[in-house]
Amino acid sequence: MANDKSISQLLSRGILSENPIFRLALSMCPAVGISTTVMNGIMLGIAVFFVQVFSSVTISLFKNMIHPRIRIPSYTLTIATWVTVIDLVLAAYMPGAYAKMGIFVKLIVAFAIITMRLEMFACKEKVSDSFWDAVGMGLGFMVGMVVIGAFRELFGSGMILGYDVLGYKPLLFFILPSAGFFVVGLMMAFFNWIEVAYKRKKGARS
Amino acid sequence: MNMRTIRHLVCFALAVLLLPSWLQAADFITDKSFGADNEIVVSFAGPVDKAVAGDITRYTVYEEPDPDIRLQLTSATVANDARSVSLKFADPLNTTQTHVVSVAGLTGEPTTDFKVSKSYLGYLLSIMISALLIQNFVFTKYLGLCVFFGTSKRKSTAKGMGVVFTIVMVISAAMSWFFFQFILVPYNLGFLQIVVFIGLVSLTVQAVDTILRKVNPVLFNSFGVYLVLVIANCIVIAVPLILANNNYNFFETMMLALGAGGGFLLALYLMSSVSERLELARIPPTFKGLPMAFIVAGQFAMAFLGFSGLQLF
Repeated sequence: MANDKSISQLLSRGILSENPIFRLALSMCPAVGISTTVMNGIMLGIAVFFVQVFSSVTISLFKNMIHPRIRIPSYTLTIATWVTVIDLVLAAYMPGAYAKMGIFVKLIVAFAIITMRLEMFACKEKVSDSFWDAVGMGLGFMVGMVVIGAFRELFGSGMILGYDVLGYKPLLFFILPSAGFFVVGLMMAFFNWIEVAYKRKKGARS
Repeated sequence: MNMRTIRHLVCFALAVLLLPSWLQAADFITDKSFGADNEIVVSFAGPVDKAVAGDITRYTVYEEPDPDIRLQLTSATVANDARSVSLKFADPLNTTQTHVVSVAGLTGEPTTDFKVSKSYLGYLLSIMISALLIQNFVFTKYLGLCVFFGTSKRKSTAKGMGVVFTIVMVISAAMSWFFFQFILVPYNLGFLQIVVFIGLVSLTVQAVDTILRKVNPVLFNSFGVYLVLVIANCIVIAVPLILANNNYNFFETMMLALGAGGGFLLALYLMSSVSERLELARIPPTFKGLPMAFIVAGQFAMAFLGFSGLQLF
């Protein structure tokens, strides 16, 4: 079904119409947990991106050798292997950022989005298609993390990427843990509102 | 007959429990405990020489694991009846560690040594309470949100889900602890943590599924549906990772798993009670569903922030 899909379609689907955080509402834990700064969002986004791409390609390569009955365990093991690789690489080369993200790098293994893409896409499609699908999904996740991180960092500490933008400290509340829930909830409501308004406009025109 | 056995058992248990305190009472030092943040209070059986007990140069205090690091005393105040002394330190003490105090020339012997520690049971309970309330896995650590928002619609579902999670967490944490301590650590295979733990969690879920299906089909019919959801959840895999990180022993592991599971059950139950009321409320259409659930969870998270200063033991 997706054989005629172009690369740009696969990419934009992951980033916009099926954005893992805002549209599919999967992998919420890191989106709420460590999205206090843009940098955290970028780092975890990169980690998820690599895990998603590598495991999608791996499963797509071996899709004919995996017996359907053991497919879920084999997905889990594939993801766990790649998470271990990313975990060790980050711990070795970026110890500072790794310490900030804490346990969440290891928890990528349990992110529903990666397993879902393997189950829905990579186990049926060509290697190249699943590669682009994974790239789209990984970028979509990263974009979501960066948007939430930017919002919280700007309103919580008045900075973007560590640079002082506002010049004063606005609201400590956005840095506090519970604000993660509020920000994600409000953003989801905002996207819903855009969708509702767009549909109403379309309906009025036709 | 039965009553008598129980009575004997109770007497025996009481004797065993009281024996240590009786043995301690025979000593010159009757009581010692942590007072405020940076204080140790010691009581004596009889009056002591105020000049000796009040001299801070006669005390050496250190944490049991590292005897080389001597803690800095600022004052030693003897009470008026000379039966107790309060030691003040420059820095707050790490009360989870056992502290060793030795005093020179207090009694007939050259030095008197004694250890100050919190009761171990209290420490274990504090781990559980911390995982349950202070560091609630859902509201302050943000784990398991997918399942949390997915299944907190009705109270009955929430209860079943929470119980299944707790069972799986306790079993998988116990197994992970054995694997970690006896296979991964001795053979230096720490880097295999993630693969091994996720494998064990999946195995536990599969085993609970099979056993429950045979042993108690009624229970399986009500709980079985949730078991599939357990595998793809970060809260279950987080417990083994945390225990490996902190190098917990077996009892600490059990307490952490119980606290985490109980905390998840509590969070699900609270959320589902609110969800049932929300169904009747008039919510703006853009907030219907997930956005509203997130806002409510945020309010719960703020409420749980109030537990942050809680210290029972």
